[in-house]
Amino acid sequence: MTKGPGISERFAQRRSEGRAALIPYLTVGYPDTQQSAECLTAVAEAGADIIEFGIPFSDPLADGPTIQAATFVALQNGMTVEGTLEALRRFRASWDTPVVLFSYLNPILQYGMGRFISDAAEAGAQGLLLTDLPAGADPDLEGEMRDGPLDFIRLLAPTTEPDRVPRVAEGGQGFLYYISRTGVTGATQQLRDGLGGEIEALREVVELPIAVGFGISTPGQAAMVAGVADGVVVGSALITALTSGGPDGAGELVASFRAAMDQAAH
Amino acid sequence: MSRDQAMEASAQADDRFGAFGGRYVPETLIAALDELTAAYAAARQDDAFQEELRDLLRDYVGRPTPLYRARRLEEAASSGELYLKREDLNHTGAHKINNTIGQTLLARRMGKGRIIAETGAGQHGVATATACALFDIECVVYMGEEDVERQALNVYRMELLGAEVRPVGSGTRTLKDATNEAIRDWVTNVQGTHYIIGSVVGPAPFPRMVRDFQAVIGEEARAQMLERVGRLPAAVIACVGGGSNAMGIFHAFIDDQEVELIGVEAAGEGLDSGRHSASLAAGRPGVLHGAMSYLLQDADGQVAPAHSVSAGLDYPGVGPEHSHLKEIGRARYVSVTDGEALDAFHRLGELEGIIPALESAHAIAYALRAGSGYADGGPTLICLSGRGDKDVAHVARLEGRDSIL
Repeated sequence: MTKGPGISERFAQRRSEGRAALIPYLTVGYPDTQQSAECLTAVAEAGADIIEFGIPFSDPLADGPTIQAATFVALQNGMTVEGTLEALRRFRASWDTPVVLFSYLNPILQYGMGRFISDAAEAGAQGLLLTDLPAGADPDLEGEMRDGPLDFIRLLAPTTEPDRVPRVAEGGQGFLYYISRTGVTGATQQLRDGLGGEIEALREVVELPIAVGFGISTPGQAAMVAGVADGVVVGSALITALTSGGPDGAGELVASFRAAMDQAAH
Repeated sequence: MSRDQAMEASAQADDRFGAFGGRYVPETLIAALDELTAAYAAARQDDAFQEELRDLLRDYVGRPTPLYRARRLEEAASSGELYLKREDLNHTGAHKINNTIGQTLLARRMGKGRIIAETGAGQHGVATATACALFDIECVVYMGEEDVERQALNVYRMELLGAEVRPVGSGTRTLKDATNEAIRDWVTNVQGTHYIIGSVVGPAPFPRMVRDFQAVIGEEARAQMLERVGRLPAAVIACVGGGSNAMGIFHAFIDDQEVELIGVEAAGEGLDSGRHSASLAAGRPGVLHGAMSYLLQDADGQVAPAHSVSAGLDYPGVGPEHSHLKEIGRARYVSVTDGEALDAFHRLGELEGIIPALESAHAIAYALRAGSGYADGGPTLICLSGRGDKDVAHVARLEGRDSIL
């Protein structure tokens, strides 16, 4: 199912060019509102295909130390769900890069799922990903998400049992986010050897494009993943680049990923 | 509805208590929760498992725990008869070990070579370390830095038992953050590790499973009341943080509609102060640590820091079954302040020669305050969930008696 122009088109376009989509994740409001906005622009300019806007949450239990720290700072800066949507509106004034809102469930629940979906679509979001709402956890909420205007991005883990995969994939929209390893978000030295084979196996049952995230921290790793998957998510490594080099540093990191991934395609 | 859908609907219902509970977790944990659900269901039906658990509770933990009538406390409270269920007399000093023995047996049955736990006051950490020592299983306990400081003795106890204690410096540096870190560890090492949650919180099947392992408290107390007093209690009182001792003692009485169930939350410095842990009194439904339940949070859905003088109650959430019991009116939830709990901590020592844990002192404090103003002054059963040894240094410090430490 497609929901207007956006995520699926971007994947289709990249696929037709023999390239993988590059999907940076940023915690909105980090390191402050101004630099966060500049950073969104910098990564869009540097060749991001889709951007994940991370809504900060006080208890990010699926995240490692880097994103935990960014989240903490963003909350200290007063970032909220409403503030994230405002940042999206500003970004949307100049950029048409598709945006996925990335959140834990509780801030969205308190905002109101229905109200959030419609406000987010109006602000210019294309997709929504909730880390702690796995398939089947809450049929009412999931139905609301599926029927709404945003693509409902599903996650699959290496631990997901084979007989569960079709059920997760069926309810997904836009693309399927494959978690590269058991664990929380964060940079790693090495990706697992089995990754390519696992993605090939998923393709037997999954029609949606497959993006891989968690632990992809160097251009070389991104190129390797681009060789087997349709999309590459970079989060913690990007936050680290932003911390040390500001929005320019973040832009440079995305550009280096872009170059390595595109080279792998030729 | 197809057979698959019917099975799924029934599994859904099993995950919940009315609108509360569920499994709001990262996808990575779904397989582990499925495995645990199946292993627990099998263990419940397995006579050998139940017999081993029963033997350990009797010979190692020291069950059944006594039911003690506290006459001087009754006099001081101007109340009806007050019966204390002496969970403080369990091995390791609190009810927590009922659950850790059960879950460790389960972990061994699942072939898990490593156990992790979170702890607030340290009682659950000590009880987990104890069970792991007994079964020779590697044990890692996460504990907030603030709790490491205020419960230093329990940290050392865990180390003596061979566990590794990992201080958690993120967020509010208390139980909530220790739980986040334990979940992160579990997500990372899920294949060979079992996570022993210490209360009736977390994703299904934990709230129901922990309640079942703690239900021995109420089952014994109900039989003891019938035998000794010749009737059921008019009311049952227990403190509620996550709420495991309360669910443990309530469960056997849920169908006895004439028995009033009273949960006592920590009002900290007062419900109006914003510094308390009374999730049911002052929170609203939300999702934390894998379950939908009452939660202390701000307007934006960020979890609000909790406060209580008692580390074991210092938690912004509460078990989903308590939320359900509140919603359907089967249980009533009240709260007492830090000051009232500290007063009860002293008075139970002076009146009965029993120094209660600060957590349990909340239940005593309510009985002292309410007098005969509930359940028509009928006989009341109070869960004395733990002993106060672990709190002695903390209270001495609060009262400016640092010189004796």
